[in-house]
Amino acid sequence: MSKTLNLKLKIWRQSGPHAQGAFLEVDANDIPEDASFLEMLDIVNERLIADDVEPITFGHDCREGICGTCGVMINGQAHGPEKATTTCQLHMRKFNDGDQIVVEPWKATSFPVLKDLMVDRRAFDRIVEAGGYISAPTGTAPDANEIPIPKEVADSSMDAAACIGCGACVAACPNSAAQLFTSAKLHHLNVLPQGQPERWRRTEAMVETMEDFFGSCTNHGECHEACPKEISLDFIAFMNRDYVRAKITNRSLASQ
Amino acid sequence: MAQTIADHSVPTVRKRAPQLPWPLNLYQTAIGKKYAMALTGIGLLGFVVVHMIGNLHLYEGPTEVHEYAEALRDLGGHLVPRTGVLWVLRLGLIAMFATHIHAAYSLSRMSHKADKSYVGKRDFVAANFASRTMRWTGPIVLLYVLFHLADLTWGWLNDDWYAGDPYNNVYVSLSALPIAIIYIVANVALAVHIFHGAWSMFQTLGINNPKYNGMRKGFARGIAGLILIGNLSFPLAVQGGLIDIDNHTPGSYAIDTEENG
Ligand code: SF4
Ligand code: FES
Repeated sequence: MSKTLNLKLKIWRQSGPHAQGAFLEVDANDIPEDASFLEMLDIVNERLIADDVEPITFGHDCREGICGTCGVMINGQAHGPEKATTTCQLHMRKFNDGDQIVVEPWKATSFPVLKDLMVDRRAFDRIVEAGGYISAPTGTAPDANEIPIPKEVADSSMDAAACIGCGACVAACPNSAAQLFTSAKLHHLNVLPQGQPERWRRTEAMVETMEDFFGSCTNHGECHEACPKEISLDFIAFMNRDYVRAKITNRSLASQ
Repeated sequence: MAQTIADHSVPTVRKRAPQLPWPLNLYQTAIGKKYAMALTGIGLLGFVVVHMIGNLHLYEGPTEVHEYAEALRDLGGHLVPRTGVLWVLRLGLIAMFATHIHAAYSLSRMSHKADKSYVGKRDFVAANFASRTMRWTGPIVLLYVLFHLADLTWGWLNDDWYAGDPYNNVYVSLSALPIAIIYIVANVALAVHIFHGAWSMFQTLGINNPKYNGMRKGFARGIAGLILIGNLSFPLAVQGGLIDIDNHTPGSYAIDTEENG
């Protein structure tokens, strides 16, 4: 049996989008060190159910850090204290026996709380819908490596594509700005040859949709620190440049 | 029967206005406003640096300060009316200042609408004192600029103020300890504001390249430090007796305001 921890939890409870929320204080005793943060919540929930209390709702799916469904504020940090780690990949051994842990959902006007720790992130879907695609003819699959792409460009695109859309960047941002997410979603298409035909229209549409929902970036850099995929702030600079180029030169007429 | 799922639409933080003609449509967007802030920030930063360097004439003496002031009025030589170029620069400065403030104000409102605060304590990792106080240091600098104009340009605050004798005016103003303290506090706020702004503008303008990214923070630190040291030196030098009016008759260069323009 591995070591166990006794923790004091302060968890946000809110019965619905328009309800008033409040912290629930609950002791979480005998939590195995090897449990993930979500497994710890599972254990707490089982005990709540046994006590006839409604379990805590939280978002989760893959539990291996790739889907972006999980994510809560843990002690004032998005996805908790561990760098480059989603909530589901955060392990309880990172905490000490007797710690108090404060758990809150993401908070932003466009991320309304659905219930307890679960928020509605459809604002992100709206941004992606606005231009996060390429047009490709269907039919026989093209040969691999048919279009030569410099290695650095492919790497940069892959780095941006690592974004799992978890929303930690918005949650961590004092302005609730979605610059990191949007710039990652733009960059992974905008640097590749396949992304060129829609590049300028995409940039305009996605940025302007982002501005419908989120605040204005003041370059704090909190998003990058919170991001489980360590998406770089450089993508934000690329996005700013592309956006103004798109606006100024009407480049969609000439593709690049 | 098909199940209906209530679609609560996602709350937005703004309503889109119809697009204005180019280039105003750029200023309608948040990123466009941020560009405006960065570009006007560069202009204002340039002014602050030149102003600080010009003020170093205080260490040379009253005559040199007077000559410097005259040289500013004579910019453009005989090609333009006297003080003509100076007025163009002043109007440009006012326009940049106004744009910077307007953009900052509307972007702050936008962020304010988008943000909901946490009930628990936030633990910031990257945001520093400078970045988190931009919305405080900005208004402080604005109030300070107004105070500074009233004090030294218009002479409203001092009976010993003489038009056209900046050396004397600076001396009498800064020799009062409370005024010197105001200048010191305001210039610390200015330097803190510049520290974040000077880094932030590269990011906003999309000036980003691994080759020189490392230098951007260094640039911000250097320029903020330079301005801090330069501008703090004046009140300190007056208070410490390094700048005095022992060999200067106050108002001896004073020109009557009509000729002064
Ligand atoms: S940029 Fe990072 S923090 Fe933001 S949604 Fe993507 S993975 Fe999450
Ligand atoms: S549950 Fe999929 S990333 Fe955490």
